[in-house]
Amino acid sequence: MITAAPPSVQVAKSYLNAETGIKSWLLTKDHKRIAVMYLIVVTAFFALGGVFAGLIRLELATPAGDLMESNQYNKVFTMHGVLMVFFFLIPSIPATLGNFLIPMMIGAKDLAFPRINLLSWYIYMLGGAFTLYVLLTGGVDTGWTFYTPFSSSYSNGYVVAAGLGIFINGFSAILTGLNFIVTIHRMRAPGLTWFRLPLFVWAHYATSAIMILGTPVIAVTLFLLVLERGLHIGFFDPAYGGDPVLFQHLFWFYSHPAVYIMILPSMGVISEVISTFSSKKPYGYTFIAFSSIAIAVFGFLVWGHHLFVAGQSIYAGLVFSVLSYIVAIPSAIKVFNWAATMYKGRVRMETPMLYAIGFIGLFTVGGLTGIVLASLGMDVHLTDTYFVIAHFHYVMVGGALLGYLSGLHFWWPKMFGRMYSDVWSKVSAVLVFAGFNLTFFPQFLLGYMGMPRRYHVYPPEFQVFNVLSSAGASVLGLGLLLPAIYLTWSLKHGAIASANPWGATGLEWQTSSPPIPENFEVTPVVTTEAYDYSTVQEVVHVG
Amino acid sequence: MNMEPKSFQLFPESASNFAPSVDGLYLYMVLISAFFSLLVAFLIIFFAVKYRNRPGAGVPKPINDHSIGGMILEITWSVIPLGLSLVMFAWGASIMFKESRPPKDSLNIYVTGKRWMWKIQHLEGAREINELHVPVNRDVRLTMTSEDVIHDFYVPAFRTKADVLPGRFTTEWFRPTRIGAYHIFCAEYCGTKHSGMIGTVYVLSAEDYDKWLAQGSGEGSMAEEGESLFRQLGCANCHIKDGHGRAPNLYGAFGMKVDLADGSSVRFDESYTRESILYPQAKIVAGYDRIMPTFKGLISDEGMLKLIEYIKSLGDPNGVISERNLPLESPDLQKTGPMMPPASEMPKAPAAAGKAAPAAGTATGNQATGRQQ
Repeated sequence: MITAAPPSVQVAKSYLNAETGIKSWLLTKDHKRIAVMYLIVVTAFFALGGVFAGLIRLELATPAGDLMESNQYNKVFTMHGVLMVFFFLIPSIPATLGNFLIPMMIGAKDLAFPRINLLSWYIYMLGGAFTLYVLLTGGVDTGWTFYTPFSSSYSNGYVVAAGLGIFINGFSAILTGLNFIVTIHRMRAPGLTWFRLPLFVWAHYATSAIMILGTPVIAVTLFLLVLERGLHIGFFDPAYGGDPVLFQHLFWFYSHPAVYIMILPSMGVISEVISTFSSKKPYGYTFIAFSSIAIAVFGFLVWGHHLFVAGQSIYAGLVFSVLSYIVAIPSAIKVFNWAATMYKGRVRMETPMLYAIGFIGLFTVGGLTGIVLASLGMDVHLTDTYFVIAHFHYVMVGGALLGYLSGLHFWWPKMFGRMYSDVWSKVSAVLVFAGFNLTFFPQFLLGYMGMPRRYHVYPPEFQVFNVLSSAGASVLGLGLLLPAIYLTWSLKHGAIASANPWGATGLEWQTSSPPIPENFEVTPVVTTEAYDYSTVQEVVHVG
Repeated sequence: MNMEPKSFQLFPESASNFAPSVDGLYLYMVLISAFFSLLVAFLIIFFAVKYRNRPGAGVPKPINDHSIGGMILEITWSVIPLGLSLVMFAWGASIMFKESRPPKDSLNIYVTGKRWMWKIQHLEGAREINELHVPVNRDVRLTMTSEDVIHDFYVPAFRTKADVLPGRFTTEWFRPTRIGAYHIFCAEYCGTKHSGMIGTVYVLSAEDYDKWLAQGSGEGSMAEEGESLFRQLGCANCHIKDGHGRAPNLYGAFGMKVDLADGSSVRFDESYTRESILYPQAKIVAGYDRIMPTFKGLISDEGMLKLIEYIKSLGDPNGVISERNLPLESPDLQKTGPMMPPASEMPKAPAAAGKAAPAAGTATGNQATGRQQ
């Protein structure tokens, strides 16, 4: 699959070797270097969150609480949630792949505000440091949802520090979103009209809008929580005259759209990968592009579906239920369009494509079980059970994480100029898919039987499925460990990648791998429609 | 009654009037979901095999998806899923409407959540902890509140749950249809021993239930105990029977609409009763003075429930239903009681009255502003 690279490529100047020394990285304004710095930290947080997930599954292998105390268990699932949601899933694709690729895809030298881009990395590190401080000093036991009045008046954990960590981290997302929006508006190459943009860019545009509009709300909410906990100013605790459900409204007003912050960039990745490995323009390009915008808009109007049993009026419940069905339709449109893209294409089962197909399978199940939960009478039985846990892991792990892995494997040769092991990466894709299903499918059954979430000990009739789930988690863990090994190995020992190893369209493939610091020798001029595979040189191997 | 713990289960027991309808809806959704999952999987695998890369294959021709046919295809795969899911919406909504409207003659039982136990109080006086005895085939309505954080009373075999909130009452009802013992779970995370906040519902035959009630607690009924509390606290001095006391008449008033001094109105329900006892200045009944002192700290949570039950039990001795006490047809108000106003912002003088509005949306808005004297 790798075209013979001219010998000069090995010593060619690239963003990786243009400057050397730790200072050249920590003070860089190059979006590509900042993306790599994000990649390293995001991976570390993911590994840490994964360790907590492993502890949860180990504990739940037996009905009794024999590995940890209840308080420890509660802290473990809280840290798993906080790390994975705020420090892995939300920044994962936008801050790494988005940061690296958006300027390249639109033919720009960098993002609009390179210094602000570096600032957002430092803010992310500062927020992360707060969270690690919480971890080292004893943890927090509120669950990642921080529901009041438990979090504000009763929890013994480090709620204020954890809240501040997330609060600070939010500014990083706001600045990144701002940077992307300005960049996409102002810095497109000549001829690159809106409807010639890659769908990855459309998805990030929608994501950025959610980041800018939603993140301030969680910041305000956590700030109020800190005020109530620290100064006993009554917002949420009835003992101080507050309303405990108000917190849930504010929290989900951000945190439901945040799910789309996690999944939309993945959808962008999948649109690129499916198209490339079918050598076909994505079917229904405009429908996919506008469905991203529709998801961003409607995503803000469905938060109340988290409150069906929280004492919310049934009429409010009706509205939120029907809107939740409407927001599901743009996702369905995307899935059908991806399938149609493969029709009469030239389909190649390379590793990114395997991950992308895994994404479609798992995301379809995640989406369909989401519409099960959107039904009022059904949600009364299923909410706060393992059915919900299974559902959102299908969306966030099956969707967001597999999209991230697909994208990472797809653009890895571009980012580092090296190919990774073909065999091991395919083994990893299959292991992740199988292990994931074994982990989370049994949880749907557990949920319908009524096993509540966040249970440290559970009745014995639930054990069989919990054991299956824990077994699956070890397969999943192995599948996720492999990329860490072979990708790191490839940095030194992988075959040299050509500029366009997959036969993809898109401006980022028209410059060297890895790119030069300025991305392009001369600013490209776009004269063709997006995804015009007739312009791609024949580089595709048959296999 | 089968009490043996089960070692393995695939599907929850079905033991209430709601269980069959929820299971029916679930079956419909599982079939739809399975159909679409398999359809997508089939398409992807079929295309991946059929159009796999072959030696010498040229660049595939792009498909014109802006054609009429393309439009029809996009509309088809948008509208069919939308139609099928709107059926799910309507079906699920109809179940929840039933769940949110307890029948009038339900057996009323009080539930108090507290970290980490369930306290249950029967009208006849019996009390239990982490156990709930109910008769089979009778509508049972739980009126629930929490002493601390948010809990959730969940009985999987009944397919129903509701959050239990501090500072207000929520309700949940069901009609048990099978004699047996079933799990009660706290479904809203509430701290250290959240997973220990579990209990058992015993569904008994009518005779067994009567026998169980008869062995009771030795105390009087909740209403009787509430009556003696009512006298001890001196409530009867102002709330007198003929309705001409310094305070509003309570006879026959429960469940009615109450007009307030600011022109709005509120339903006389559990939450309103509780609020009026703890924060009497929050809502002033039209035509009465702001004279009632607070009883905050003087009444235990159990005492509050007994007082409420006593007030509920007050009939209408003289037919004194003032014209403002018209029945209000809005049973869902029981699901979402009004919020208590901020204790720290209770109006001490008329000048501060404007601040007394409850924190969250009730139908009544600015209750305290109307009365300036």
